[in-house]
Amino acid sequence: MTEQSQILIDVNNLDSAYGDRQVLHDINLQVEQGEILVIMGGSGSGKSTLLRNMLGLMKPRTGSIEFGDINICHATKAEISKLRRSMGVAFQGGALLSSLSVGDNIKLPLRQHTDLDENTISIMTRLKLELMNLADHEDLMPSELSGGMLKRAGLARAVIMDPKILFFDEPSAGLDPVTSVELDQLILNLRSAMNMTIIVVTHELESAFTIADRIAVLFDGELVITGTVDEIKACTDERVVNLINRKPRKNQLDADKYLSRLTKGAN
Amino acid sequence: MFAQIEKLGASVIASFDELGRFGLFLNSVVWSIFSRPFGFNDLLKQIAFIGAGSMPIILLSGLFTGMVLALQFYAVMVDFGAVELMGAAVSKSLIQELGPVMTALMVIARVGSATCAEIAIMRNEQQFDALTCMAISPYRYIMAPRLLAAIVSIPLLTAFYNLIGIFGGYVVGVYLKDLSGAVYMQTILETITWADLKMSFIKSVIFAVIIIWIAMGKGFFVHLEKGVSGAEAVGRVTTKAVVVSAIVMLFADYIISSFLI
Repeated sequence: MTEQSQILIDVNNLDSAYGDRQVLHDINLQVEQGEILVIMGGSGSGKSTLLRNMLGLMKPRTGSIEFGDINICHATKAEISKLRRSMGVAFQGGALLSSLSVGDNIKLPLRQHTDLDENTISIMTRLKLELMNLADHEDLMPSELSGGMLKRAGLARAVIMDPKILFFDEPSAGLDPVTSVELDQLILNLRSAMNMTIIVVTHELESAFTIADRIAVLFDGELVITGTVDEIKACTDERVVNLINRKPRKNQLDADKYLSRLTKGAN
Repeated sequence: MFAQIEKLGASVIASFDELGRFGLFLNSVVWSIFSRPFGFNDLLKQIAFIGAGSMPIILLSGLFTGMVLALQFYAVMVDFGAVELMGAAVSKSLIQELGPVMTALMVIARVGSATCAEIAIMRNEQQFDALTCMAISPYRYIMAPRLLAAIVSIPLLTAFYNLIGIFGGYVVGVYLKDLSGAVYMQTILETITWADLKMSFIKSVIFAVIIIWIAMGKGFFVHLEKGVSGAEAVGRVTTKAVVVSAIVMLFADYIISSFLI
């Protein structure tokens, strides 16, 4: 991190849990203005929980997440609402409203938050649809789109207000390799065209190495390392090495516990 | 023994927990009606779904209910020589009781189940998270138009149910049982008071709130269903929404009747 870089999001000592099950342990993470930060980790590592905390969809047990002066964990409704208008979120499955057409979905934030006339809103919508290679799909319903199209439509909606920060949950999940590469390119184009700060949550190594300025690796709810692609590749931590080399976890087998699980309920 | 008491205690606590959650949910929906921008188009869309969409089933069921009522009353009244009062009996039973209750049951079956399933699927597909992240309140954007549309539509549907039911009674009485049409109508005008119409209206408004509140709430909290998720959870909450709203509606019917009769 250079001294001139501006910290846009500052996560401090974050602990998060679902009921009694603690998912994130003491996470400390900074996101710089204009960078693409990839949060990477295996299934169940806590990356989606970290994202939900950063979006204010979930309250952490302890710790803080600061967007400039605003700590989203303790902010008022008005502050969070204002903050969210400067953010865009592209969800894993697109999360388009199923009762609205693709065009109406993308227009929704503009209709709700601006006084722009319908012609201007339509032109802005078509601009974003062109950017996402979804021209001529404006009148389709979400149920008529493929998985990749849903993600791109969700991305179009996320950037319609030209947000400062874009969150993207699992851009490559469930997509074929070509569509996945296209989405990666789209993310890079968005950053260069709109100077957005982009936080991507993914478990796809190739995608992460292509788009990331920095990568934060989570393992079992702990932040193992945050660094550039080269730093991650050079990391000697076994967990990171295993993740990069796609090595399966070695579970230490406790003989007593194993036997007790097998014979549970038997006389 | 202790396990049974523990289980009972846990279910009582869970019931109060759910009641509190639903109370807060309704509070949020009601307050969101007053926040801007107001979704007038969404309100019209919901009125079309709840009101206009339910009209055929309401007219059909109202017609048959009125006809059956006339047959039943005729069979009893003919023994007492009171068949002239059939119009009064049919209209009074419909307006005070059967109209609001039967309309509510029809709406529960058609609208309550669909609303609950739709909202539960929206929850499962992260559509509420998406709205929240766009700084759009799901209470204001999704729930408030449905609540208002139910409050507007269900009393109107009840009125149509009453009217078509009275017409059904007229058809049976006048064309099948040779009663005088003028007498049928005259007894209605002499018997039905503003208090009857007021009771019908009050009941239908309260039933509207109950039906849509429970349907929306059950769908909205689908993720809190224990032991199930996905499609199974949607099915379970939809069934619960239909059963619970029918029971609560009938209980409310008794309470309102006991105050207004």
